[in-house]
Amino acid sequence: MKKIIVFLSLLFLVWACKKADEVLPDTFLGFVRPSNFPEPQYDLSRNGITQAGFELGKRLFYEGRLSRNNTISCGSCHIQSAAFTHHGHDVSHGIDDRLGTRNPQPIMNMAWDKEFFWEGGVFDLDLAAVRAITSEVEMDETVPNVLLKLRAHPEYPSLFEKAFGTPEITDERFFKALSQFMLMAISDQSKYDKVMRNESGFAFSDEEKAGYLFFQNKCSSCHSEPFFKDKIYRNNGLKPSVINDLGRYEITLNPLDKYKFKVPSLRNWQYTSPYMHDGRFLTIERVLEHYRNGMVDSETLDPIFRNPDGSIGIAMTDAEVANLIAFLKTLNDKEFVTNPLLSEPTIGSSTTIN
Amino acid sequence: MSKINFNNIAILLFLTFTLASCKKNDVEIDENKMGDFSVEFQNIMGGETFKLDWEYKNAKNEPFKVSTLNYFISNIKLKNANGETYVVPAEESYFLVKADDLSSRFTNVKVPEGDYTELSFILGVDSLRNTMNVEDRKGVLSFDPDAGHSGGGMYWGWNSGYIFFKYEGTCQLISDDQNGDPTGKKQFKYHIGGFGGYSSPTINNIKEITLNLSNAGNAQVREGFRSNAHLFVDISKVFNGPNVISIVEHPNVMFSEFSQNIANNFPSMFSHDHTENFVKSSEELD
Repeated sequence: MKKIIVFLSLLFLVWACKKADEVLPDTFLGFVRPSNFPEPQYDLSRNGITQAGFELGKRLFYEGRLSRNNTISCGSCHIQSAAFTHHGHDVSHGIDDRLGTRNPQPIMNMAWDKEFFWEGGVFDLDLAAVRAITSEVEMDETVPNVLLKLRAHPEYPSLFEKAFGTPEITDERFFKALSQFMLMAISDQSKYDKVMRNESGFAFSDEEKAGYLFFQNKCSSCHSEPFFKDKIYRNNGLKPSVINDLGRYEITLNPLDKYKFKVPSLRNWQYTSPYMHDGRFLTIERVLEHYRNGMVDSETLDPIFRNPDGSIGIAMTDAEVANLIAFLKTLNDKEFVTNPLLSEPTIGSSTTIN
Repeated sequence: MSKINFNNIAILLFLTFTLASCKKNDVEIDENKMGDFSVEFQNIMGGETFKLDWEYKNAKNEPFKVSTLNYFISNIKLKNANGETYVVPAEESYFLVKADDLSSRFTNVKVPEGDYTELSFILGVDSLRNTMNVEDRKGVLSFDPDAGHSGGGMYWGWNSGYIFFKYEGTCQLISDDQNGDPTGKKQFKYHIGGFGGYSSPTINNIKEITLNLSNAGNAQVREGFRSNAHLFVDISKVFNGPNVISIVEHPNVMFSEFSQNIANNFPSMFSHDHTENFVKSSEELD
């Protein structure tokens, strides 16, 4: 009998250890800049990332109380396996099954962004959550009410104390904790990254090399390395949608900004389908076909697409398309979309969602 | 004789006290001493008192009722007769005036002793503060459930920036279609913001208001007392200012070129009615 008890206790210990391991790796490394990335845009000296702050941010990211009826969390529409987008949804799908007008953007490498959302309406990562919380079609809540819900919760005051020294739940702490989680969502383990860092055992194939050359000639002026976007708002010749989304114009009211959207990153494209600001294209082939043969001219079409012969678009042979896709596949980062550090805490772990 | 004497003493004492208190008013100004100063924003509607849920008519003869009226005041400055200006430190100078909370009509600040002849402030939250980090947005600028602005919904989450003038109500002439209020509630909603843009220039609807106090009473600020510059804020001017607005034609005004027509009506709302000086208790102002 005694032996059985000892065995069972050992078993329990092993199980308990395993649970803890699932939550976080043994050591929390904090924010580490990948060697092939530049210095971040976000001022980390204002909001130093700690394990407790990050864990609080992660819990908040997956917290349904951020929405009016406690059903929708950030993680509901920013799903890790889809590189923190809403896989399979052309536009965001929020509270009470209400639909938005835009395709949710991935949450990755946010530390290097300076403006957020398709039209750049938010210029501070710390204020990005306000948009989703207050949007009638996403969370339909108010920030003060979220803070009241967190203050009334049995665990959050102590989690805020761990992260910030005292149990007060203020807007600043709430935003900064969320930012800590988002800042840690770093995607830097794609094959492309490993090749760029000369990691042993990683090299482009001939096809990928050819695709990379083509990419550098024809794509990288907008999809600039290493983030594969240039943070500029451009009209890429999409036919205006039924709702006539004017994009950047909504923020600047400048007619020259009509139909311009922020150039999206190509990283993790395999996980973030569908594509474009309204999710109209389902496959990468269809996206490339748009540039090859489907662009619509307009006053604000980006001049980069205008060819000397008067045509618009990017000419590509089928072989070039094949090479390009081979290269683009090296931008997918499976470790990022499966990294347990960023995963929704499971029931039974130390950060159970109540 | 001795009986009268007692009365005389009382009268003498009273006179002495009166003189003494008069003298106090003329005491030399010590700019190292701080006194209390407030601007009182009393909303009015044309020649009428302002009441929520009360029917008024605009210049287009459209009847309307107001359900919400909130606005930000910031960056208070005072100038004396010598042309010297005192700028209230920015972080102490943000106020949210809400029609449903009478106590919010006072903006209480501390300023050095002086006789001030000109008042200026910003209707709105200055552009710089709109771009600051969350830790630099305290009090009414925060999302705090008790003190913040979001209970009033004074912020655009989608287009980072404060809604600095929020004016909502109903007008029974508003249509029930897309050009009016499709919910059938006959609502008008004016959410005015726009601070000039962060990385790209755009409209700036913030208005600096400057008022001469010398005609209706300078602000005499002294330590231990409060001076209160009592303003009338004529809300009828939102529709009936230099730009005459039809509620039926414009039931919703938010972030748009058109919002500038509303913002350009704002300066005409403000007038200085009088100043209460040497106020000892806020009860004197109620």
